[in-house]
Amino acid sequence: MIPETAMFGIPQWLWAIGIIVVKIAIVLGAVMLHVAYATYFERKVIARMQNRLGPMDVGPYGLLQPIADGIKSFFKEDIIPTNSDKPLFYMAPILGLMAAFSSLAVLPFFNGFVIANINIGLLFLFAMSSLAVYGVILGGWSSNSKYSFLGGLRASAQVISYEVPLGLSLVGVMMMAGSLNITEIVNAQSRYPGGMYITAQWLGFFVFVISAIAETNRAPFDLPEAEQELIAGFFTEYSGMRFALFFMAEYTGMIVMSSLAVLCFLGGWTIPPFLLKMLPFLGAVPGVVWFMMKLYVCIFFYYWIRATLPRYRYDQLMAIGWKVLIPLSLVNIVITSIMKMWLHKGGTP
Amino acid sequence: MIPLNWYMWLSGIVFCIGIFGFVTRRNIIIMLLSIEIMFNGVNISLVALSHYLEDLAGQVMVFFIIAVAAAEAAIGLALVILLFRNKETITVDDLNELKG
Amino acid sequence: MVNQIFFLYFSAVIVASSLLAITRRNVMHGVLFMLLLFFHIAGLYLFLNAEFISAVQIIVYAGAIMVLFLFVIMLLNLREDFSKKQFIGTWPIGLLVSCGVLMVILVSMVVITIGAKGVWGIEQIGRVTQTVAVGTVLYTKYLFPFEVASLVLLVAIIGAIVLAKKRLN
Repeated sequence: MIPETAMFGIPQWLWAIGIIVVKIAIVLGAVMLHVAYATYFERKVIARMQNRLGPMDVGPYGLLQPIADGIKSFFKEDIIPTNSDKPLFYMAPILGLMAAFSSLAVLPFFNGFVIANINIGLLFLFAMSSLAVYGVILGGWSSNSKYSFLGGLRASAQVISYEVPLGLSLVGVMMMAGSLNITEIVNAQSRYPGGMYITAQWLGFFVFVISAIAETNRAPFDLPEAEQELIAGFFTEYSGMRFALFFMAEYTGMIVMSSLAVLCFLGGWTIPPFLLKMLPFLGAVPGVVWFMMKLYVCIFFYYWIRATLPRYRYDQLMAIGWKVLIPLSLVNIVITSIMKMWLHKGGTP
Repeated sequence: MIPLNWYMWLSGIVFCIGIFGFVTRRNIIIMLLSIEIMFNGVNISLVALSHYLEDLAGQVMVFFIIAVAAAEAAIGLALVILLFRNKETITVDDLNELKG
Repeated sequence: MVNQIFFLYFSAVIVASSLLAITRRNVMHGVLFMLLLFFHIAGLYLFLNAEFISAVQIIVYAGAIMVLFLFVIMLLNLREDFSKKQFIGTWPIGLLVSCGVLMVILVSMVVITIGAKGVWGIEQIGRVTQTVAVGTVLYTKYLFPFEVASLVLLVAIIGAIVLAKKRLN
């Protein structure tokens, strides 16, 4: 992609920087658009599941609703509580959004398109997803309000607990791929039945899905922002643009987790080989289309769960994390290593 | 290329800041933070030495130090919670029950 | 030149944020300066070609230990405490002691000689990637310390649960 010599009189290093900047702009633009329409999609899906219509007024079928919402929250008054810890109050939503956006840097959306193709991509993702909780905790602490405080307290315990099964569930994938580089993980999946790790790592996938939902504070594990008990949890005191930033961080986190599921378990941008064998013309479809389709299915799954399941109690949430998911993910690691020893005699496949 | 000594000086300074915090503050959480700062000072020198000596032993040692630091933080904070539950304070100077 | 500017930036922020972390009256702010410190130390590790250690630094320190600190601060609801003195009365002695230790360290650095180089040069690490290199060393030469470290963590888990558990009547 980067030209070998200077082109148009522009030195090579400037080309490299320029290409990265363009990539960042494309990824951020696409993700922001997806975040905006993920809210619309969520409202529509949940409305249909509850036999309603959802937003219908702004534009045809309410298609302009997210834009109207964005404009509204942008022009709303930014209220700062009097006794809040001001620097932390300002910083919290930005920190949360920053952590969510930096995770996008290592996600390959189709073959060869990734901002930073680093060797420790998966570890970087863990690091960033564990930082996302700072926005929640600091927002809850600095608002100096009971509801926010309880929300922040719940969030910190929840995220520490679910970080562990989330990481352990991906260890099986790392072991099978023999790499932490996400592009290599996707390429390694083509050697397995269905072209996906979900066939071999179904236990890991099960644990991953549940802990990803808990990690992004979505229903049925949305204890930190439980409307019925805590008003809005950690962002009760936020308004206007800062509230919108928290919202964006949450939806970006959802997109990152769904992309991770697609990349690590569902084959990323590749087409399942049996499908390609049956319908060879599908090979002409670009990889990004497959990636997006899988991503939308994952996001739909999030909404489906939200519309279906009631919220868990806090002690139940902790019990699931520590007593069910962590042992299951450890079992998965043991099974994967035994299978790997047995099938490949210890060598890489 | 940065001389190895620069890293060693930085690590020494960070370590001494940790010592200073530990001996002068009486808030037990800040004292635990100071211990973490001291660990990090040592880690900087270990990673730098590992790079300059082209030997991974230093990085492996850092890995162990991080594991021990995590264990230390968990136990230390459990003690803080226990202390607060019994004495309603986290200032070390207030814990003078044995004083005659 | 660029290297040195980066190093000076990282070291300046590391020293400043560690100083700020131990002098804040508000524990919450202290913890956040620690967060800044850990990020810059991780940056320094990247600089030293230790990408795996730098990721572990962020995941364990910033993602787990500091969140645990924040959790305890919130659980005990430790708001800013103006009733207590920030430092002990004899803090100049503490300053003297730490400066003395610093002098000892700096003086001892003069006599350091670099020993024989190991086998894991940059080319060798670059060939197998750093994670593989660290893993290889960790699971062969340092397998026993690794097991001991896991035992330490297990003891810490059990100890923390036993200590923090409420007494049941």
